[in-house]
Amino acid sequence: MSVVFEKTQLLTDKPFHYCPGCNHGIIHRLVAESIDELVKEGKLEAGNVIGVAPVGCSVFAYDYFNCDMFEAAHGRAPAVATGIKRAKPNTLVFTYQGDGEKIVTIFVNNAIYGMTGGQMAPTTLVGQKTTTSPYGRKEEWCGAPIKMSEMLAEVPGAYFIQRCAVNNTPNIIKTKAAIKKAMQYQLEGKGFCMIEVLSTCPTNWGLNPVEAMKWLEENMIPYYPLGVKKDKGADAK
Amino acid sequence: MVKVMINELLCKGCGLCVRACPKGVLALSKTKLNAKGYHPAEPVNPEACIGCASCARTCPDVAIRIERE
Ligand code: SF4
Ligand code: SF4
Ligand code: SF4
Repeated sequence: MSVVFEKTQLLTDKPFHYCPGCNHGIIHRLVAESIDELVKEGKLEAGNVIGVAPVGCSVFAYDYFNCDMFEAAHGRAPAVATGIKRAKPNTLVFTYQGDGEKIVTIFVNNAIYGMTGGQMAPTTLVGQKTTTSPYGRKEEWCGAPIKMSEMLAEVPGAYFIQRCAVNNTPNIIKTKAAIKKAMQYQLEGKGFCMIEVLSTCPTNWGLNPVEAMKWLEENMIPYYPLGVKKDKGADAK
Repeated sequence: MVKVMINELLCKGCGLCVRACPKGVLALSKTKLNAKGYHPAEPVNPEACIGCASCARTCPDVAIRIERE
């Protein structure tokens, strides 16, 4: 008997509290597997990793990752992470957050504020209905949704920025490769890395999990194009 | 022989594994309800499984384990 697929040891046994079909769980697994593989490949000392959890639906991320975790105040995960990195420069430091320095940020973009009841976020698409934009987001009133990856790629300190999605198997595999590459860059002492992952919020979008994946494919991916936005490592080669 | 094992206690019946499977191996149970109140996914066509792990990779609750015998 050989094992083709099993749950990584870098996730605890605690069941996720997320809604059915929420993509947070997939992204958690990819982050945990990347850490696990770096340890097994001898690139990272076991236990030498600190994650910073956000406020939002993924606020309990510290219960799910089997490594040291820190809970930051709302919107302050990167600020806390830069502090940890300064104090412990040889430790792998990552943040897991919703909407710089030599850390890795996993930015989960689900175009809405899920935890607080589905309000409009800076990433909500034009025309998308939320509890605070019941007739759909209007560009004249609210501006256009922010493209975080393209914006941060312009920042000089940013080293590697890629936008991914976990809507199908090839994209799930690409997302993991991107997360692992970002962690590897950090271990090599390069600059700020961010992996933006497009994600669903079936509950607040009012769709079932499968419909939500299709909505993401038809509406989010065209506005938020996937791919590498900046890779100083590849440019240097 | 490939064995797809779904942890019914963890499954939330989201159906993403059903969508991801290229071989039509999985379906949500029409009869069973788990303790959380969801219809768990189950292999309805197990002999068609090729062990590609697409279902396990997409499962948001990491409820799927795959073994090859
Ligand atoms: S509210 Fe949305 S983002 Fe939050 S757990 Fe539910 S589906 Fe996921
Ligand atoms: S391993 Fe592949 S073929 Fe088998 S059930 Fe999962 S997705 Fe379907
Ligand atoms: S993807 Fe996971 S949680 Fe969703 S139905 Fe399949 S086994 Fe259950």
